[in-house]
Amino acid sequence: MEPLTTDATPPNHAGPPPLERLVSIDVSVATVRALNNELHHPSAAAYEVLQPQGAHAIAAGIDQALTVDIRGHAGYYCAGMNDGGQIVVHGNVGTGVAENMMSGSVRIRGDASQSAGATGHGGLLVIEGSASMRCGISMKGIDIVVGGDIGPMSAFMAQAGRLVVCGDAGDDLGDSVYEARIYVRGKVGALGADCIEKPMRDEHLAELAALLTAARLDHDPRAFRRYGSGRTLYHFAAHNSAAY
Amino acid sequence: MCGIVGLHLRDPALYPRLGGLLETMLCQVVERGPDSAGVAVYGDQRRCPEGYAAVSLLGAPLGLPEALRKLLAGQPDVMSTEAGDTTVLAAPVSVDELVAAVRVAAPAALVVGSGTDLTVYKGIGHPRALAKTYDLAHAQGWQGLAHTRMATESAVTPQGCHPFSVGPDQCLVHNGSFANHATIRRELIADGASFDSENDSEVGARFVASRLAQGDDLDEALRLLCERFDGFYTLLVTSKDGFAVVRDAIACKPAVIAETDAWVAMASEFRALADLPGIDHARIYEPEPEKVYAWNR
Repeated sequence: MEPLTTDATPPNHAGPPPLERLVSIDVSVATVRALNNELHHPSAAAYEVLQPQGAHAIAAGIDQALTVDIRGHAGYYCAGMNDGGQIVVHGNVGTGVAENMMSGSVRIRGDASQSAGATGHGGLLVIEGSASMRCGISMKGIDIVVGGDIGPMSAFMAQAGRLVVCGDAGDDLGDSVYEARIYVRGKVGALGADCIEKPMRDEHLAELAALLTAARLDHDPRAFRRYGSGRTLYHFAAHNSAAY
Repeated sequence: MCGIVGLHLRDPALYPRLGGLLETMLCQVVERGPDSAGVAVYGDQRRCPEGYAAVSLLGAPLGLPEALRKLLAGQPDVMSTEAGDTTVLAAPVSVDELVAAVRVAAPAALVVGSGTDLTVYKGIGHPRALAKTYDLAHAQGWQGLAHTRMATESAVTPQGCHPFSVGPDQCLVHNGSFANHATIRRELIADGASFDSENDSEVGARFVASRLAQGDDLDEALRLLCERFDGFYTLLVTSKDGFAVVRDAIACKPAVIAETDAWVAMASEFRALADLPGIDHARIYEPEPEKVYAWNR
């Protein structure tokens, strides 16, 4: 796996950062479509979004190193597909925050609904509160750090990346997990199929410490336990051939 | 999809604003189900005064209030409110007497709600327009719910519209689809139930009503529903006593609950709650799978 990067990935195809000014967009006045159009063709490097009121797809599809502060609660797919943006939601978010993130960072000051960080390839998602079910489902390289608890069925088929949970994890954690690494400080309800507890070696303590530092969460890495794939589902088992 | 919103008021100072708050909530989930919308209001003295029973009907014939007056003991005046496809009738008699008289006077009409505290409205069309048809903005009361429907298991008709109210002062709204509803429908029919629609959600409502009639409370009835029903569901169930929410084991149908000292609210999405008074200080959370959340008056 790639080593941890705590800094934002530089913009991948944009020119120099635009003007150094803060642009405020009130979503109760402008549409989300207008907001996202501005963020896709930015005239500034820093934005704040006012009155999000739970609207969907706020700040989705950013592909440059913008900073965006969303002041309030956001709806579904907030910061989806983020590629380089530094996005902070000063509130809660709905389903699928930072889904398919490529790079950059997304920080949620409150709680997140289902499927946070789903299918993410890279970047850092921090949820300071708790995340609901299916957190990190099918994650493919994203790092997710949750300050509170995560719901059932989290990290289902998680392929790569790290999921850090400072609270408890719900049932069926890591069902059919591939090579993502899962660290949980509190209780785990039940492990999913082929998810097992693994020893914490020095390199794991080191990468966990770096993730907690990046997330600005102050916990002792030694208080966490590590979970990952038992690798029994990787290959077709010859003794199952009789089933066909 | 389908959108659900519900509001259970704790602070009586908000009772006059119930309808306005519900309409705002409903209009935030229109995209989740734009084909029809239904509403239930508890405690709307405009439509069902103290000491009255109310029946909500689809397909009420002309002259029904007068026909009912003649059938009811003491020949009381019958209040009638037309709201699109729905007619709400109220009279100072018992619920059973009023329902029995309606079935005699209008055998072809469909009773979609009855009780001493409950009025139900159903119709097809855009939820925003239906809210106007129902005059939801001016409704008062202590509890209400609304549903916007994206039909999957049965046709877009007023009959298929939620809420399903099949027991006195009871309502159920459903986002999702039941897989084994035909089996449970047959069992309920064998036990004497009769059905008004082909809708899967009606089976859930009849199941809950049957359990409540056997003495279960909302919490017990919904726990048993989780055992018996397969499929996807987020349910909001209301009665004269309160308000309950439950989701299936997979919980892929959304639900958000918010609570303050002044109210408890539930909705498919947060945006429906965003304009509620005091939302900034509300406790906001998602109900866990197969856990029943219930509040009583």
